[in-house]
Amino acid sequence: MERFQYTRARTIPEAIGIGAQATTAQQGAPVRFLAGGTTLVDLMKLNVEHPTRLVDINHLALNAIEHMPDGGLRIGALVRNAALAHDATVMKDYRVLSEALLSGASAQLRNVATTGGNLLQRTRCMYFRNTAMACNKREPGSGCSAIAGDNRSLAILGTSPQCIATNPSDMNVALAALDATVQVQGSKGERTIPFRDFHLLPGDTPHRETVLEPGDLVTHVTLAAPRAGATSRYLKLRDRASYEFALASAAVIVEVSGGRFGNVSIAMGGIGTKPWRMTAAEQALAGAPVDEATIVRAAKLALADAKPQSENGFKVELAQRCLAHALRLATGMAAS
Amino acid sequence: MRLTINGVPRDVPAGDHETLLAVIRERLQLTGTKEGCARGECGACTVLIDGRAAYSCLTLAAGCADSAVTTIEGLGRADALHPLQQAFIEQDALQCGFCTPGQLLAAAALIARTPRPSEDDVRVALSGNLCRCGTYPKLVRAVMQAAEMMRAEP
Ligand SMILES: Cc1cc2nc3c(=O)[nH]c(=O)nc-3n(C[C@H](O)[C@H](O)[C@H](O)COP(=O)(O)OP(=O)(O)OC[C@H]3O[C@@H](n4cnc5c(N)ncnc54)[C@H](O)[C@@H]3O)c2cc1C
Ligand code: SF4
Ligand code: FES
Ligand code: FES
Repeated sequence: MERFQYTRARTIPEAIGIGAQATTAQQGAPVRFLAGGTTLVDLMKLNVEHPTRLVDINHLALNAIEHMPDGGLRIGALVRNAALAHDATVMKDYRVLSEALLSGASAQLRNVATTGGNLLQRTRCMYFRNTAMACNKREPGSGCSAIAGDNRSLAILGTSPQCIATNPSDMNVALAALDATVQVQGSKGERTIPFRDFHLLPGDTPHRETVLEPGDLVTHVTLAAPRAGATSRYLKLRDRASYEFALASAAVIVEVSGGRFGNVSIAMGGIGTKPWRMTAAEQALAGAPVDEATIVRAAKLALADAKPQSENGFKVELAQRCLAHALRLATGMAAS
Repeated sequence: MRLTINGVPRDVPAGDHETLLAVIRERLQLTGTKEGCARGECGACTVLIDGRAAYSCLTLAAGCADSAVTTIEGLGRADALHPLQQAFIEQDALQCGFCTPGQLLAAAALIARTPRPSEDDVRVALSGNLCRCGTYPKLVRAVMQAAEMMRAEP
């Protein structure tokens, strides 16, 4: 690992002040905030990230899960993934989030990984992680090794000729379905970012993954009050049953009354360059009868725009089946 | 930097860039903690940080200054084995032993939180620890036995 200056931040303004000295908060940022370190230390060891300053934010008071007056939940950026997944309110009212978190990584990683760090975890594209290979995300303009290479696990939605990497987070998929908001404090004050605007498509600038600017500290993720009577589930499909990233995953929140779907929210992971909302499928389900034909039709519609790469054509049907089954689970058409 | 390892505060001449794993093994010569993958994918480097299982290969030692770290050397003694260690021997839950320190600490964290685990609880708790010798069924049996032994202790 390259040498860096380590500072333990005591206050939020201190952390922001150091962060704001950098020229970018994206790939190659010379200042990084250290939370659980399970993404950052890994990438520093691989020399994919080489910040000269590390600001340890673990001692900032951002560790609480707070109930808001409007019935929502405000989650501090330093709340650990394990603590959030096992929180009584999250298990009861935001089951999709608890299930998504528990499907990710391992007990050791969930004990350490934070809400803010998970939100900002980097792609697992193997060429991104290997400095010997060309990668536009790591080194803009160097080319993309994955397009003609091993892309079995990579994206089929939101890709560009510059990058086809997936956002690997399970938590992010649940937060996308829940219409979460991200609270950020920076040198120009505080702002709230809707989840769908937080992550960027790769386009011509795959090294820019979020809207964060130098000094921006994620302080909280906020969830709206749970929808009364809604059921939510997360289903993750992968090469082995644990300790593995998703090939396809689905977060669904459904309301059902009188045998028909009410409001439905769907987001999918493992297939998109960012957490992917399935708006067309949501609209097709609203008001339609809860039956097998409706569910299968919506799942097909969800993947209508998919553009498979050379080695991941299987993901289209896998994702359709994943979404269909998540809907069956949420509506009680399938058990467990 | 000052670290508290197995209950003993120690001043260690380590750099800020050193992982907890490197400091434990190379500066403190506590070689029970193993380095497998060095990137969070195997569990051989598992330690307890403030009682919670974590991978020391992805943890910076500098961040642990206010924490209590437990390594396998702190779990039991040669003349007074921890019930988990006793149960691992009785159930023959290891072959080469490389993954064993990590398995034991992951299991210890589970039993501390869930004194009466189900077999599925054990499988989930140990799923962050790979065993290339494939002792998985015996690991589950050993942890179930140890949990029972620990419940029976006065
Ligand atoms: C072997 C392995 C398997 C995994 N499997 C899965 C899986 O199946 N599913 C899954 O979802 N994830 C998985 N993960 C990823 C894991 O969930 C992430 O590494 C973790 O959530 C990152 O959180 P952290 O707190 O450790 O982040 P850090 O590594 O500390 O930070 C990550 C990035 O976010 C920045 N950052 C952190 N906090 C803030 C903040 N408050 N404000 C601004 N910037 C911030 C850091 O500067 C850094 O750039 C796996 C990881 C490993 C190593
Ligand atoms: S897919 Fe993206 S991250 Fe992977 S090699 Fe191509 S540019 Fe890099
Ligand atoms: S050496 Fe740390 S998880 Fe493999
Ligand atoms: S006993 Fe050999 S790796 Fe587990």
